[in-house]
Amino acid sequence: MTFSPELEARFAKFLAKYPEDRKRSATIPMLIYAQDEIGSVTPELVAEVAKRVGSTPLQVEEVVGFYSMLHKGKGMGKYHVQVCTNISCLLRGGAELYEQASQKLHLGHKQVSADGFVSLEEVECMGACSWAPAVQINYDFYHDVTPEQLDKLLSGLMAGKKPEEIAEVKKVSC
Amino acid sequence: MYNQPSPLEVPVLTRRFRLPNSHKIDTYLANEGYQAFEKAIGMSQDDIINEVKASGLRGRGGAGFPTGMKWSFVPRQSPKPKYIIVNGDESEPGTCKDRLLMEFDPHQLIEGILIAGLAVGAHQGYIYIRGEFRYLIEHMDRAIDEAYARGYLGDNILGRGIKFHLATHSGAGAYECGEESALLESFEGKRGNPRIRPPFPAVAGAYSCPTVLNNVETYCAVPSIILKGAAYFAGLGSPKNGGTRLFCLSGHVNKPGVYELPMGFNLMRLINEVGGGVRGGKKLKAVIPGGSSCPVLKADECDLNLDFDTVAAAKSMLGSGGVVVMDEDTCMVKAALRIMRFYAHESCGWCIPCREGTTWLRKVLQRFHDGQGVKSDIVLIGDLSRNMLGRTFCPLGDAAAMPTIAFVEKFRDEFEAHLDGKPCPYEKKLVAA
Ligand SMILES: Cc1cc2nc3c(=O)[nH]c(=O)nc-3n(C[C@H](O)[C@H](O)[C@H](O)COP(=O)(O)O)c2cc1C
Ligand code: FES
Repeated sequence: MTFSPELEARFAKFLAKYPEDRKRSATIPMLIYAQDEIGSVTPELVAEVAKRVGSTPLQVEEVVGFYSMLHKGKGMGKYHVQVCTNISCLLRGGAELYEQASQKLHLGHKQVSADGFVSLEEVECMGACSWAPAVQINYDFYHDVTPEQLDKLLSGLMAGKKPEEIAEVKKVSC
Repeated sequence: MYNQPSPLEVPVLTRRFRLPNSHKIDTYLANEGYQAFEKAIGMSQDDIINEVKASGLRGRGGAGFPTGMKWSFVPRQSPKPKYIIVNGDESEPGTCKDRLLMEFDPHQLIEGILIAGLAVGAHQGYIYIRGEFRYLIEHMDRAIDEAYARGYLGDNILGRGIKFHLATHSGAGAYECGEESALLESFEGKRGNPRIRPPFPAVAGAYSCPTVLNNVETYCAVPSIILKGAAYFAGLGSPKNGGTRLFCLSGHVNKPGVYELPMGFNLMRLINEVGGGVRGGKKLKAVIPGGSSCPVLKADECDLNLDFDTVAAAKSMLGSGGVVVMDEDTCMVKAALRIMRFYAHESCGWCIPCREGTTWLRKVLQRFHDGQGVKSDIVLIGDLSRNMLGRTFCPLGDAAAMPTIAFVEKFRDEFEAHLDGKPCPYEKKLVAA
């Protein structure tokens, strides 16, 4: 399998982190970064990662099923909208935000739009509880999200815009 | 920072957070940075461990185990390499503090790790960060690069013959991987199922080698202890509970946020004076004092001091410092259900009582909330929960059972109000305007 030079460089860095006989430690980091590039965890990716870390494909396969961020099949959309409804977000309107997103996008939990651009997921606590309700689009956090802000984000995505082009609502930056 | 500070805060771990470029090594070095590490180089391993012991520092990940004692369990004579592992999985619902410590002062964490390395003779560390925190993984990577470039990491640190290497490690979404033994499995590239203990990680952790495994905030406290002394740190908190803690205040308060306060700070003062009181002038109904695994406290139990021992005496736990405030309009059945949905989703499936118990409890609570419950379900919930307690490899089963028992015992009237086809009396009122 061929990957972008950036991803290859990352893989090399990952593999260098762990002791010589412990390259299996790189399995999960490799899978998640590769998924970002190719869209999902395909059987070819599983075989390739297995080869590089010195595991069997079965050993990698069983890992994939365990982690909620790793997706088989077609994977999630290009922009994956994750709405937290766990306790702190629930208390400040997270469940209503999820409903709103579901109705507006016509998508249910872990469903992807027909064009593959947007997907939705009701997620567990994402570590933003004091700034609830919280939403993540891919890896970007949005804190204290109001229904109006969510509506703008979703409208933008539905019009094919990237989240960073939706000027009215800013992600949390670091 | 994502929220305004409170004048009642005692900034120790967060004292640099509001400096411009607080995350850069130059800011760190200009503000006491890496001085504790230099001091620790001149100390013996026992001196470092004794200082941490005397400081009264207890683990900030949840269990509150004395950190110095944990470090002293690492066998010095072992011929195997030793590892320092950082638990940056931060996934206990209600908890959002490790994120800030890594974001605003990453070098404080690196320095704490280095000192732990000196204390136990380790030369390699890994920071396990939950996969959702991608921006933080890259942020920590940049800080680690800076530390290498300035000679604070590498084969010959500061030319003093000290070797220590450090790297980040990404998770991929699994609450269970915050549990120390499951984290180690995940770190080794496997499913995050827990290990049987003993042996504890101090003896057989990463790659079956002696390992120190602590929470991010725990390591971040170490430089202040070494630099300013155990007595200073111990004096900040309450007896046997040294230092300050980053409390994550969330839910129905006017000013939710992360606030650094002395251990033993009063919970009602946290809600009213730091948090600006309950939102909308409503009455307080209940508080979860330390993340969703901790038994709920009724409003009249909340006049208590937030340290490990006082909260334990009130039959709850200080846990991870996530203080979740619920007002009078909150449905306790709904809260219990949402929390159980979480545990049922996150149970790793390794132990049958946890896997089956959480799923069964989720179904019973859902039935209850839908108005389809019958009186005997109240007993069933208690029975199921009690049969999970202590019967699993890791404490996730307990973490699901304990809060459920408390919800039913303390709010039995609310459970009864949902019986026999009655609709939830709080529905529509849950989210205040
Ligand atoms: C189900 C479960 C999840 C946990 N999640 C976390 C976590 O996200 N972060 C953390 O630091 N500790 C977590 N812990 C606690 C760890 O097992 C461990 O006790 C802790 O990291 C030790 O560090 P400390 O002594 O510094 O607190 C969890 C425990 C359990 C049982
Ligand atoms: S509960 Fe939603 S971020 Fe923690």
